[in-house]
Amino acid sequence: MPRLHGPAERPETRGEPMIDRKEVEHVARLARIAVPAEELDRLAGQLAAIVRYVESIQGLKLDNVAPLSHGGDASDVFRADEPRPGLSREDALKGAPDRTDDHFRVPRVLAEPT
Amino acid sequence: MPSSTAVEIAKAVQSGARSAVDVVSERLAAIEKIDGRLGAFLGVDRNAALAEAREADRRVKEGERLPLAGVPVAIKDNLCCVGYACTCGSRMLETWRPPYDATVVARLKAAGAVVIGKTNLDEFAMGSSCENSAYKPTRNPWDLARTPGGSSGGSAAAVAAALAPLALGSDTGGSIRQPAAFSGVVGFKPTYGRVSRYGLVAFASSLDQIGPFARTVEDAALCTRIIAGRDERDATSADQPLDDLVAELKTPVRGLTIGLPDEYFGDAVDDDVKAAVTSAAKALEKAGVQSVRVKLPHTPYAIPVYYIVATAEASSNLARFDGVHYGRRAKGAADVGALFAESRREGFGAEVRRRILLGTYCLSSGYYDAYYDRALRVRSLIARDFSLAFGQCDAVLCPVTPTPAFKIGEKSDDPLKMYLSDVLTGACNLAGLPGLTVPCGFATRDGAKLPVGAQLIGPRWSESLLFRLGRAIEASAGVVDVASPLAEEVR
Amino acid sequence: MSVADWEPVIGLEVHCQLGTATKMFCGCAYRFGAPANALVCPTCLGLPGSLPAPNRRAVELAVRVGLALGAKIAAVTKFDRKHYFYPDLPKGYQISQFDKPITYDGRLELAFTGSGKSVGIVRAHLEEDAGKNVHEEGGPHSLVDLNRCGVPLLEIVSAPDLRSSKEAYDYLTELKLLLKTLEVSECDMEKGSLRCDVNVSVRKKGAERFGVRCEIKNLNSFKAVERAIDFEVARQVAVLEADGAIHEETRLWDDEKGETRLMRRKESSPDYRYFPDPDLPPFTVDPAWVERIRAATPESPTAKLARYVGALGLSDYDARVLIQDPETCRYFEETARLSGDAKAAANWVTSELFGLMKGGIALSEVKVRPQHLAELIALIKDGTLNVRSARDVLAKQYENPRPAKEYVAELGLTQVSDRADLAAMMKKALDANPKAVADLKAGKEKAAGAIVGAVMRETKGRANPALLNEILAELLKATP
Repeated sequence: MPRLHGPAERPETRGEPMIDRKEVEHVARLARIAVPAEELDRLAGQLAAIVRYVESIQGLKLDNVAPLSHGGDASDVFRADEPRPGLSREDALKGAPDRTDDHFRVPRVLAEPT
Repeated sequence: MPSSTAVEIAKAVQSGARSAVDVVSERLAAIEKIDGRLGAFLGVDRNAALAEAREADRRVKEGERLPLAGVPVAIKDNLCCVGYACTCGSRMLETWRPPYDATVVARLKAAGAVVIGKTNLDEFAMGSSCENSAYKPTRNPWDLARTPGGSSGGSAAAVAAALAPLALGSDTGGSIRQPAAFSGVVGFKPTYGRVSRYGLVAFASSLDQIGPFARTVEDAALCTRIIAGRDERDATSADQPLDDLVAELKTPVRGLTIGLPDEYFGDAVDDDVKAAVTSAAKALEKAGVQSVRVKLPHTPYAIPVYYIVATAEASSNLARFDGVHYGRRAKGAADVGALFAESRREGFGAEVRRRILLGTYCLSSGYYDAYYDRALRVRSLIARDFSLAFGQCDAVLCPVTPTPAFKIGEKSDDPLKMYLSDVLTGACNLAGLPGLTVPCGFATRDGAKLPVGAQLIGPRWSESLLFRLGRAIEASAGVVDVASPLAEEVR
Repeated sequence: MSVADWEPVIGLEVHCQLGTATKMFCGCAYRFGAPANALVCPTCLGLPGSLPAPNRRAVELAVRVGLALGAKIAAVTKFDRKHYFYPDLPKGYQISQFDKPITYDGRLELAFTGSGKSVGIVRAHLEEDAGKNVHEEGGPHSLVDLNRCGVPLLEIVSAPDLRSSKEAYDYLTELKLLLKTLEVSECDMEKGSLRCDVNVSVRKKGAERFGVRCEIKNLNSFKAVERAIDFEVARQVAVLEADGAIHEETRLWDDEKGETRLMRRKESSPDYRYFPDPDLPPFTVDPAWVERIRAATPESPTAKLARYVGALGLSDYDARVLIQDPETCRYFEETARLSGDAKAAANWVTSELFGLMKGGIALSEVKVRPQHLAELIALIKDGTLNVRSARDVLAKQYENPRPAKEYVAELGLTQVSDRADLAAMMKKALDANPKAVADLKAGKEKAAGAIVGAVMRETKGRANPALLNEILAELLKATP
């Protein structure tokens, strides 16, 4: 019977890890998650191991295979343009970590959105 | 039967033989007695539960027909339920109380069910053991040193310990089916789009589905029927007719064919697990079901594809946790940038952070084509494998997990090791197919008797077929009458 | 060398809010200026567990615009997620369209702003709006209002076909007229229903290749767009003539200082990590649906112009004045319909009514309605009123819109058309003014004014002018 990957078997490693410290810093910046300097290397190692594992999909021939981006085959689903009741302002702001009577509050925003 | 099923309770409460308040009080007492040791629940509100029970009794008295009259249901803590926090097992949402009910919760309540509490899970549904919960691990009612599985471990354990006859979980890569197998209960993941996801805190939008845990197939079918159906608030929920799943259980399975996929019976699966599943196949054969061997050749790629697609979608779905509008906010952030980065570092546990980073990497400029786009194409191939297999059989029968429940701490130091335990369940989500776990036997490890589950996977919309086959396995396996040691304490 | 040796190359990105009843992905209504955070629901707040449900009407309005621009309608299209972190973007991503916009490859002809130039439209796509940040008064905080979150936007991207700030201004004017007339959007920059970013580069006149371009943001009026382009063109020319280089940048317009300044360089432009939104199934706008949308589309400005001039016989000038404003068009068309006389209707709207409207009052606030004008036109036609009396009635109706007949009776404005009476009065006038008689006989037509004027005064302005001229001619003939 064909073998399925067990915990002990993984595709051959490719040499250097594909994810290094710098890459982790870049991705962490994109994802807005602070990573203390002392954790960068360990995290890089863990992510590199996972990426090496998922690299197995690189080997497959995929000509004429379309990407499957949705969970089902639904299409053309719309909602009529009719108002529905929403939330009260109090319900909307209730969970806010910081707020005024009617606004969410954050430290002053200086830059334009990025 | 260790305790009443949902069907039995509903019948008794509807007829007036029992009151919902009685039923619910009993289960609340059971929770109080054993959940300290089990850790299945994150939130229980006695007053709220009894108030709902009184309401169910009142409605019955006024002549309403309630298919789930007075039935206690445990709800996984990533489903929104007014009156309860929705922590998702995370420090990020420790105090967040949703202002709305998930559609599935509203439908259960409309049917007369009573929410008995919110159950533990791996943080944001990311995990296979409940060890990633920021609050506590849940234990397996069959052996408290082992995990009940995950991510819906709390719901599985609650049902296996007879704390509630029904529970809801969510399944993205196996998070209902795997804990159902580890905990010896029935667990069902519906076809993608069968059940509305509105109110389920999203992990991976194209993979997530909500489904029931129950002691019996009949209960699982009843619950599925109540929660299923198009919801205008979920554009991915389909307008598919669903017949009376419970009534159809009576239809004999004679003449159907099951397929046994070679790739799911390999060396990595423990021998006694394979044996228990094979005996389920034999039981079906006795009931007149044929079996054939089928091939699902892209199975080895299911986990890599899953860990690219699911983490990519998760990195997107969890971007909303930024400390601004709800959830945890880091103190003392000098500017908005620091506020985002520190809140997310503090609020998310290590596994969640790891998956967000991996997912971000797979979507990032320069890598999208090689990872995300490529993974979506391999996903098509995986889906096609099943379509072709269903040309030769009505449903696939296979193991759910390579091993029975593992020990707490056994896999938690190696993320990749943990990921591989999804190897038999993930493909089903990638293809959007329905999958049912039915307990089919036991295996012994270190002297502990541990449940083994069989998995049935069918074509899209084949819920009825799977429940019928599951019922046939259940009837012959005889495990339904065997209660977990913990359940014995609260019959 | 100077600015005159260089050619500006300009492209505009316009975001307009679609005039739907509800937001793009949820059933919340939206009103500019509503109390903060009162028009929200789990979906537009981005609460955990919430999901988007796409608004069919927004899709139809987008297709409506595409058809009006002669653009292609995408056969199959979808929504994509565009990721960035900002306090007014609660999900941490905006639902937009990336590589398959709902409509693309169109043109906008500058027909109403004069030049008639045809500007390419690269694409128009649907997306959801974000909320608003405001700075706290005298405090170290920003305040976030999510009312606007989820409002449907159509982002319209032009080709870099514009060659001057004036052309850009004209393009915006033309686009606004089109979108308002099609009832797609109010296009009010002050209320945020129209926003504009500009891409500007320069090249030597006659050069083939484009120069490096800069994007300019924070433009809050059409005038600001024009001024910002002028500034930026001059800036780029100055840099290039000093042998410097233009870097691909995003710049912000400072309206007070009248200058653009660097916001960010291209290298640090964000990685939006677009991918197809798995919560939203792909969709098709099939030919049958396109036809239904086309059939339900209001008449475009150019179609109106052709019809007003061609079928209704208005002057090109009058037609353009009316078409400027869709509200005016509706008013005029109703008046024309009720009176059966388009030319008269046009005249009464643009000359008479407009003349009474002061202080920027909107036509919708004016008490006189089309039926009043139609009635006046009818009363003139049947001889009850002359034009001058009709004007008097209108002036009264402007303050208090009672039926014209009431004012006519009250004020005794009925036109005097009795030949004998008028002849008698005219004879009197002629007898009183022999000099005028002599002048008239000598062919000096202007002298008629004094005679006609006298009779008019005697009838308190109610004499039928055409009849007066007839009678005058007769009497003169009869006089030696």
